[in-house]
Amino acid sequence: MNFKTKISSLLPPLLPLILGMALAEITVRSGWVPSYLIPAPSEVIRSLIDDRVELAVAAWTTLSSALAGLLLSFTTGTLFAIALSASDLARRAFYPYAVFFQTVPIISIAPLLVIWFGFGQPTVIASAAIVSVFPIIASTLLGLKSTEPALIDLFTLYSASARQMLYMLKIPFALPQIFSGLRIASGLAVVGAIVGEFIGGGGLGSVVDSARTQQRIDRVFAAVLISALLGAVLVGAVNLISALTLGSWHISERKAS
Amino acid sequence: MNSSSYSDQSKSGAAVRCEGISRAFAGTGLVLDRLTFQIEPGEFVALLGPSGSGKSSLLRLTAGLDRADAGRLVIEAEQGTVSRGFVFQEATLIPWRNVLRNTTLPLELQGWEMERAKARAQEELWRVRLMEFAALYPHELSGGMKMRTSVARALITHPNLLLLDEPFAALDEPTRHALQQQLREIWAALGMTVLFVTHSISEAVFLANRIIVLSPRPARILLDSSIQLTETRTAALRTSFAYVEEVRRIATVVPTPEQET
Repeated sequence: MNFKTKISSLLPPLLPLILGMALAEITVRSGWVPSYLIPAPSEVIRSLIDDRVELAVAAWTTLSSALAGLLLSFTTGTLFAIALSASDLARRAFYPYAVFFQTVPIISIAPLLVIWFGFGQPTVIASAAIVSVFPIIASTLLGLKSTEPALIDLFTLYSASARQMLYMLKIPFALPQIFSGLRIASGLAVVGAIVGEFIGGGGLGSVVDSARTQQRIDRVFAAVLISALLGAVLVGAVNLISALTLGSWHISERKAS
Repeated sequence: MNSSSYSDQSKSGAAVRCEGISRAFAGTGLVLDRLTFQIEPGEFVALLGPSGSGKSSLLRLTAGLDRADAGRLVIEAEQGTVSRGFVFQEATLIPWRNVLRNTTLPLELQGWEMERAKARAQEELWRVRLMEFAALYPHELSGGMKMRTSVARALITHPNLLLLDEPFAALDEPTRHALQQQLREIWAALGMTVLFVTHSISEAVFLANRIIVLSPRPARILLDSSIQLTETRTAALRTSFAYVEEVRRIATVVPTPEQET
């Protein structure tokens, strides 16, 4: 891809952004929309520059909480899915609760988390983990249950042990699904971390909350922008690991030749 | 042909004794109906029948992948223990393993050291003429190469019973003919018992020394006949009068689709 085609492929998504920002700038400056409802984009950019140290520290706190929560949900979710995939009875007994658990809105149990874990990072990590665990369980389970039957026959034919079946066949076969679950979970972990921070304190969640009470709508927008960026960075990181792991064999990551 | 490593068990096959085997499935009902037959060590038997006649079910029973509802299935090795190789309808390769590592899989599952397994795999890849493609991944292979990898994998445990389930059905004709001839040569060199499931009469006649024809479901034996052709089967045989006559003889027994229910 040369420079010219790169520009022309970037232009369509960039154009609405530029137009939208210009429109917002004009409407706010001309006073059609009051600046305590929507900040002028230039104000947001100024806030990003002026508060860069505070925002960077907050972003780092949120990112580390989201990562810790994701690690927690990935480990527990994967182990849970492996356990459920091993037994039909276990799956019938526990999977409905996993589904039910997912429907509980995190914002309603966040106060509970504060009671259990106190103010601070443990609550935030727990919130990130709870929000992100279900997609991991669901996709890992789906992946582990969709191993090609003929390959299971092949392993059975050579008297493969349950451990060999799991490590040499089922888990590698499930990797594409595990990654797609992780992709969804990584975006959700950032959401969970920020919701946790609204109540448990710290990070970008706190910045949003305190900027709101100070009527600093520009800072709210700046923090929201950064939190969206954090989600994108995490999803990008999962995509990169997925490409490196599956690149040589899986159709979803193979470059068309 | 290099068969030094086979010296201890070369020309060793397993005997298969089927006594009144029946198998029914929910949905399809009775698939195998009190089948009784015996296969001698080292025989090359083709199991022929219309699709859905229970050939594959019978093969899965023989492979130990399924259990009969009634009857007895006994498999005995001439020497040592029974070792089965299985070639599926599809090549069933593991997509994240290259040709060499797909071939070593059965030995890895049996706890072999990697280096020894690889050395053995190279022998088998040489046998199926895939040596120079050992490093390729399944998605880089043609249909014929995939199937040859699958055959090499089935041979790597030096099975005394080789089971094949319509392995060449999806291949183009020249490739199919080449692989049929190769399989026949491998059998001649190694002498294991072969049970080959197919719905192609010409394939069964070309490959086998004996053909068992099954009826439409529930499968019963319509014909159990030896094939009167030379031991060495080459491309020239396909156009010979004797071959065509054998195909014609078997074809008169094999049920046509109109007779199927």
